[in-house]
Amino acid sequence: MTKSVRILVNGTSLEVADDLSLAAALLNAGHDAFRRSVTGGPRGPVCGMGTCFECRVTVDGMPGKRACLEPVRDGMQVMLDG
Amino acid sequence: MGDVRAGRLTADVAVVGGGPAGIAAAALAAEAGRRVVLLDAGPRPGGQVWRHTNRHTLPGLARRWLERLDRSGADVRCGAQVVDATASLRLGVEHQGRPLVVEAGAVVLATGAQELFLPFPGWTLPGVTGVGGAQALLKAGWEVRGKRVAIAGTGPLLLPVAAALATAGADLRMVAEQAPAAAVRAFGASLWRSPGRLLQGAALRARFASVRYRWGTWVERVDDQGGALRVQWADGRHRWAEPTDLLCTAGGLVPSTELARLLGCGLVGGAVAVDELQQTSVPNAYAAGEPTGNTGMEAALVEGAIAGLVAAGKRGSGAVRKLAVERESHRRFAARVAQAFQPRPELWDRITGDTILCRCEDVPASALSGGWSVREAKLATRAGMGSCQGRMCGPAVQHLLGSPPDTVRAPVVPTALGELADLTASLDSPQGAS
Repeated sequence: MTKSVRILVNGTSLEVADDLSLAAALLNAGHDAFRRSVTGGPRGPVCGMGTCFECRVTVDGMPGKRACLEPVRDGMQVMLDG
Repeated sequence: MGDVRAGRLTADVAVVGGGPAGIAAAALAAEAGRRVVLLDAGPRPGGQVWRHTNRHTLPGLARRWLERLDRSGADVRCGAQVVDATASLRLGVEHQGRPLVVEAGAVVLATGAQELFLPFPGWTLPGVTGVGGAQALLKAGWEVRGKRVAIAGTGPLLLPVAAALATAGADLRMVAEQAPAAAVRAFGASLWRSPGRLLQGAALRARFASVRYRWGTWVERVDDQGGALRVQWADGRHRWAEPTDLLCTAGGLVPSTELARLLGCGLVGGAVAVDELQQTSVPNAYAAGEPTGNTGMEAALVEGAIAGLVAAGKRGSGAVRKLAVERESHRRFAARVAQAFQPRPELWDRITGDTILCRCEDVPASALSGGWSVREAKLATRAGMGSCQGRMCGPAVQHLLGSPPDTVRAPVVPTALGELADLTASLDSPQGAS
């Protein structure tokens, strides 16, 4: 059975099913852009499998984590700069 | 070398990639009594085609293989990204954030495929994903109910993705196959030899029966129109624009060969060259499934099984000979797919001067100079120097320059520097030398 977990996105608490990838959880919460490119353009997930690196976010203080490869975990703190 | 903090693991057979090819290779090698480790970057084995959060939602074939893998005794390591490899078959791995060095007697590369992304104006906008990318995100729990979705891609992958989006409640507006109608018809006609595939295709099409499915149709550009996407379509005769929330688009699949190239394996036509026993040009290194240019889950299972048996020392077995016969029909199918669904020239012609090629470093096409090699372009413009290491822009940069890909260097994916240093230290340390 799916349970729910709480994650913190840019300081805002979000309750999500525990079997989601972080990328899916963020998209479902209405975040289309996860990060800004080197020239400031908004970017979101593309490949869904860890190849494109467009869904990079900061997880528990670690920058550059690919949201599509991260399962959500209770208490996870996520920072987007999109 | 001082304090080496990397974990160490020795295995008779190390399998890289936990899709069908890797699962079959690991299970068969472990059943043959070998110590096997399976390394996969994802949260659980299955690869792209069998990506899941709950095993019970998978087709029976997938469940049976996963159960067989469980029983085989193979050591399955998920969240394990291989970042370095040496020709002596030592693998540098970032395993759940910690460094791990695997020393293997044989390596099976089952690294799958990635989508071929062809740049066009607007392809960097949020809401533009890959075709397989959309499916991967759906399987990871993405909710698309009620969203307007358009698909523009090529090849057999279009049908299951369109069906999955429709089943998930998306407002699917268009499924566009870029290949010309004549090529698609010829491919369809060739399927009389594989009625199973034909039936499978028809069943998938039935799940989005009311949606337009056009052949010889592609996307020219996408613009942001007040939060929605405005897609400009073309079919060679007409151009027209339609709004959508999401556009799923790619130019097909290409073998993932970075690790094979780092090991020094020879390539042929962009795929890892293998012999009848799935052996690459590097001793004791095997490749199976998509990296060899063969395509699809059935082919991957057969090639993985052969590689697993041979890596386990069972090369003379009757099972290998039987599997080799099966492999032939998959190879013929793969050749027909490659023939019918190659990207049309118009897809390359979409690139304008200000189209971003390298998404990591925001390098536009106009920054390239004719006559450069891919390496020169990288040094001069940073194209291909970012996190994805040229996986996204590589095909376009190579096409525009008419230059082969640059050589691969470790790490094949970015890793925290401290960990990389640890891994390198372990690889170079005297106790690590063979």
